[in-house]
Amino acid sequence: MTSELDIFVGNTTLIDEEVYRLWLDGYSVSDAVALRVRAGILEQTGATAAVLQSDTMDHYRTFHMLERLLHAPPKLLHQLVFQIPPSRQALLIERYYAFDEAFVREVLGKKLSKGTKKDLDDISAKTGITLKSCRRQFDNFKRVFKVVEEMRGSLADNIQQHFLFSDRLARDYAAIVFFANNRFETAKKKLQYLSFGDFAFCAELMIQNWTLGAVGEAPSKPDSQVDDMDMDLDKEFLQDLKELKVLVADKDLLDLHKSLVCTALRGKLGVFSEMEANFKPPAPQNLSRGLVNVAAKLTHNKDVRDLFVDLVEKFVEPCRSDHWPLGDVRLFLNQYSVTVHSLDGFRHQALWDRYMDTLRGCLLRLYHD
Amino acid sequence: MPGKLKVKIVAGRHLPVMDRASDLTDAFVEVKFGNTTFKTDVYLKSLNPQWNSEWFKFEVDDEDLQDEPLQITVLDHDTYSANDAIGKVYIDIDPLLYSEAATVISGWFPIYDTIHGIRGEINVVVKVDLFNDLNRFRQSSCGVKFFCTTSIPKCYRAVIIHGFVEELVVNEDPEYQWIDRIRTPRASNEARQRLISLMSGELQRKIGLKVLEMRGNAVVGYLQCFDLEGESGLVVRAIGTACTLDKLSSPAAFLPACNSPSKEMKELPFNEDPNPNTHSSGPSTPLKNQTYSFSPSKSYSRQSSSSDTDLSLTPKTGMGSGSAGKEGGPFKALLRQQTQSALEQREFPFFTLTAFPPGFLVHVGGVVSARSVKLLDRIHNPDEPETRDAWWAEIRQEIKSHAKALGCHAVVGYSESTSICEEVCILSASGTAAVLNPRFLQDGTVEGCLEQRIEENLPAGCGFCHIPYDELNMPFPAHLTYCYNCRKQKVPDVLFTTIDLPTDATVVGKGCLIQARLCRLKKKAQAEANATAISNLLPFMEYEVHTQLMNKLKLKGMNALFGLRIQITVGENMLMGLASATAVYLAALPMPGGIQIAGKTPSDGSYEQHISHMQKKISDTIAKNKELYEINPPEISEEIIGSPIPEPKQRSRLLRSQSESSDEVTELDLSHGKKDAFVLEIDDTDAMEDVHSLLTDVPPPSGFYSCNTEIMPGINNWTSEIQMFTSVRVIRLSSLNLTNQALNKNFNDLCENLLKSLYFKLRSMIPCCLCHVNFTVSLPEDELIQVTVTAVAITFDKNQALQTTKTHIEKSLQRASTDNEELLQFPLELCSDSLPSHPFPPAKEHLESARSNSGIPAAQRATSVDYSSFADRCSSWIELIKLKAQTIRRGSIKTTVTVEKASPMGEGNFRNRSAPPCANSTVGVVKMTPLSFIPGAKITKYLGIINMFFIRETTSLREEGGVSGFLHAFIAEVFAMVRAHVAALGGNAVVSYIMKQCVFMENPNKNQAQCLINVSGDAVIFVRESELEVISTQQPTANCQQSCAGGEVTT
Repeated sequence: MTSELDIFVGNTTLIDEEVYRLWLDGYSVSDAVALRVRAGILEQTGATAAVLQSDTMDHYRTFHMLERLLHAPPKLLHQLVFQIPPSRQALLIERYYAFDEAFVREVLGKKLSKGTKKDLDDISAKTGITLKSCRRQFDNFKRVFKVVEEMRGSLADNIQQHFLFSDRLARDYAAIVFFANNRFETAKKKLQYLSFGDFAFCAELMIQNWTLGAVGEAPSKPDSQVDDMDMDLDKEFLQDLKELKVLVADKDLLDLHKSLVCTALRGKLGVFSEMEANFKPPAPQNLSRGLVNVAAKLTHNKDVRDLFVDLVEKFVEPCRSDHWPLGDVRLFLNQYSVTVHSLDGFRHQALWDRYMDTLRGCLLRLYHD
Repeated sequence: MPGKLKVKIVAGRHLPVMDRASDLTDAFVEVKFGNTTFKTDVYLKSLNPQWNSEWFKFEVDDEDLQDEPLQITVLDHDTYSANDAIGKVYIDIDPLLYSEAATVISGWFPIYDTIHGIRGEINVVVKVDLFNDLNRFRQSSCGVKFFCTTSIPKCYRAVIIHGFVEELVVNEDPEYQWIDRIRTPRASNEARQRLISLMSGELQRKIGLKVLEMRGNAVVGYLQCFDLEGESGLVVRAIGTACTLDKLSSPAAFLPACNSPSKEMKELPFNEDPNPNTHSSGPSTPLKNQTYSFSPSKSYSRQSSSSDTDLSLTPKTGMGSGSAGKEGGPFKALLRQQTQSALEQREFPFFTLTAFPPGFLVHVGGVVSARSVKLLDRIHNPDEPETRDAWWAEIRQEIKSHAKALGCHAVVGYSESTSICEEVCILSASGTAAVLNPRFLQDGTVEGCLEQRIEENLPAGCGFCHIPYDELNMPFPAHLTYCYNCRKQKVPDVLFTTIDLPTDATVVGKGCLIQARLCRLKKKAQAEANATAISNLLPFMEYEVHTQLMNKLKLKGMNALFGLRIQITVGENMLMGLASATAVYLAALPMPGGIQIAGKTPSDGSYEQHISHMQKKISDTIAKNKELYEINPPEISEEIIGSPIPEPKQRSRLLRSQSESSDEVTELDLSHGKKDAFVLEIDDTDAMEDVHSLLTDVPPPSGFYSCNTEIMPGINNWTSEIQMFTSVRVIRLSSLNLTNQALNKNFNDLCENLLKSLYFKLRSMIPCCLCHVNFTVSLPEDELIQVTVTAVAITFDKNQALQTTKTHIEKSLQRASTDNEELLQFPLELCSDSLPSHPFPPAKEHLESARSNSGIPAAQRATSVDYSSFADRCSSWIELIKLKAQTIRRGSIKTTVTVEKASPMGEGNFRNRSAPPCANSTVGVVKMTPLSFIPGAKITKYLGIINMFFIRETTSLREEGGVSGFLHAFIAEVFAMVRAHVAALGGNAVVSYIMKQCVFMENPNKNQAQCLINVSGDAVIFVRESELEVISTQQPTANCQQSCAGGEVTT
């Protein structure tokens, strides 16, 4: 006796969260059954393995049919075939688009192209996430990217509107799209200590301050050719950053800046001597020079991509090697950026603030073990 | 030109991409009705076109309005080649043809294609302007309401229940026409869908005409079926019960009791009849079409031996009141005579109803069934479907004579079905023989004098169990005892019926689903030889099915079956029998004896041991089941039996004389009943297998109950969560092990596993009950068995079971007492001392002390309960004394008071509950249920019948996920289309939903599959009770005048 056909269709579509998770994780039906057995479901319910097999198959089939709709979540809301309560719909969408930390760290900042997709089996092997799940997550990133790529307005809002995500998930996806678009390098060994959360935090700050949309130019220039304002960094702004070089090139300015910072921080900083030493021009780990140079280099696409590498090399690592506590880093950065306002000879105050406010936030987030 | 149909095409959405180049679609719509077609403009390059068309107007006969479906086709415009069809929507406009149903159909309909399934949605608005046509010779029957529900629909009351209506129409099946060889599968499927739609329209119109002839205005329990006879054609047939229904002015005037078809009927004044139709001649109108031509069918036809009483009358199957002449007295004879005269004028006194207004069902005889094997021949003249008519007439005649043999003049819970394999067809009909109260069957001329006396006469909750046939001349051997409830009349030891449990029946504990399953191999044969082989097998199958049912019933420790449905399916090389029923313990019937096993050779020691082991197992199972289903009937000690039944003095002379006569025989009969144990003889291995299979049925996991009736006896605190589902399984038998035993085991496992899967899937709803579990078996191919199950899972509140009923009673108690206070202000015949005699307090105690004895129905209808029946039903001697003391202390009321008291209470109800049926919060969600009600909600309006037929075919089976993927998607789509139609009618639920057919064929080698599904139900609007309460508390001070005004508004 073999079962040729075995289906269950409810007027309200039954969603088993546990099976949904297994399906999303890319397990085959037999693996899923084995995992459910191991979880002790047979003992809890008194069911047989055959019942479990049939149930799992049925859920998998349902999910498979729902997947097409999940690719465009508004469709899931308006379709008539599956009657699903709104809370369940939200759960289906949220879980489908959820991603693994390990996976996102692998592809963050990479171009969402066929080439990357080919590497997914390596990622799968490395992270222990099934290839199927990797593919789903990758395709999700790519799908969201494609939809919002050409859109005006807030990145996170666009994503939320078209994919019906929660706030949190929409912001995460905004970061992923932003990183993919700007191709920031995140895979270097020295960046491995950073979590997706760290990058997402920086991305949000950068989207808020460094993109075209951030300047609020949209309403005044509705027909401007720059459409994807939240995705691309403000090119003009990056060009202007070269002007900041004067802060290290002009010796008077540098000395004045240094003395102002030192005066303000004397006695407050546990690592004062190290800080002071770092201001000296010949010092290889000159913090100020590092930060300004990072800014100046952002004209080139290549250097934009290396932004996080540079920040870690030029700032995080030196401070860490001198064992700066986080509080001191904060004090220093605050003082460092604020005192520029007192430099009479420096004319790019607004530019400096736009650069340094974001950078300070990023650096503080990046500064940990 | 009696009608104008207006259609507007608003918009489309989610259309498929029809032009690969642009990834877009240039869609337009064709609207067709009859032979007239309109087109919208082409909406270029969009998947969400906004046509916003003008109103397309069709001027049509109302005959066409009833027959024709509105056909909407969405197409993709193509400049160079033929336009591609995207899909179609068929809309049945019938609901717009009666005044009380829907007024407009407006909403999003799935665009359906028989090859691709649902492809987007279209927004359509449909209206009908009807002109009055007073032509007496008209062919249309607009205005006759149709209900699938097999009880009187909730917002109506039955003025007259006229009786059986039937009709069938035949046609050639487009699938088998020569043209089918050259047309595409799509064209062929669409031709079929359209034809069936037309035929059901025609059928409904013709049935409507018959109803009008009978002076009725509605068909209740309407059941329409298709017989796909292959080469020989397509038969669409329908049966139903013609009624004259009266809309209740306030939908809120109903008790929350979910199971009562319409308890309030009693409380409403019966004589007022606003419907002019009903005053005229009523039931006696002879039906023109009911004189059938009994032209002998040319084909081979052989009656199955179901006429053998042993089978069709279910041996030992219980029946009702004994010795009509003796106990009934002159009054009863009068009743009988009247009913008979009312019924005898009908050719077939059949009723498709399964639940009845209180007082309608007097006695139940037992199940009657008839089967007949026919050879199909081509239907030569579709306009004269004589052969098929004659076949059915023959079977109905047989049913009628079976009922007569049981001393019954009517058949209730009647249904018909067919099973077809190649050119052999088994026709089956079954029902429950019954004696009915004439008051619903004719005009209320005599009812005035009879009505109250009947109530006096019939003790609540057991009357229907009393045998209707003559004790001395029983149609079959049965053990009769005196009713355990009233002790006045005879009851059988077991009772099998096809109806739902009457609401006033007294049940002990809970019920459960019982199934008998059976397979029999049969040689492949052709034509007559095949028919003979089947006919020869049928009696054995029926006998075995019956034995299995009996054994399983005993094993559960119960004594009655309700909703019994025996399905015999014929296949190429086997016959399958599946019987489902809900077993209960009726308090009126004797306690079932156990099952005893007898071996053949008592000499063999080990064998003996084995037998005793089995015996122990069986006894254990019975004990376990009794505990599981809470069956602890009141122990009846000899003391009680011996002592005379305490009799309140005010009982009528008539009754007293009866009870005197009953006392004499009591001892004898009861002892007889107690001794009765069912003996199973194990004389060969087959019998051994049977015993084993008895024990393999696993009870549902804790927290689950199941039944195939509307509701589960013993559960009444339903919460609002419901989940309707359909589950289909097909197994392939390996041809090697095809023996009867292996087959039986396979089939048994299939059903058991299916049930287990359902329990597992629905475990999140625990505690819950699977209600209306409906199994259908078909044998699509040689080695395939298909089982389709549709049921609804309803949650209930386990903990509040007792409390809610108590509070319910307390509530009604309060209400009743306020009524009493009101009454006191008027000088009614109710003297002051009769006030405390209100039967509620004892009712409450009764419930608390003996909860096993579910006196809830009795308590609910407390106003009509008299003390004598109460005392009789009480569970112990002590309890009896207590009650009796109360009775004496408090005096008593006459039952005649009931009527007077009832009407103010009805008004009280009315006042408290009248609320406009507005605010339906659950927008978008459409509930579906096979039941006639929605727990925790009130149905405020019936919008019309839903009757849909779909075909789905694929030539890319693998790509669609194999057979499971294909059928899963199709069934989900069918649900979606039903929901969309209901929503467009303005409804939020389908009740009495049924999947009548699910024919699945596959050809995996060709990567093809085809499936036909036919579903029906009643579209309704319901309002949650909680919402109603909110509304009613907002206007607590409403006085009677206001409420009357409110009532008018709501209609």
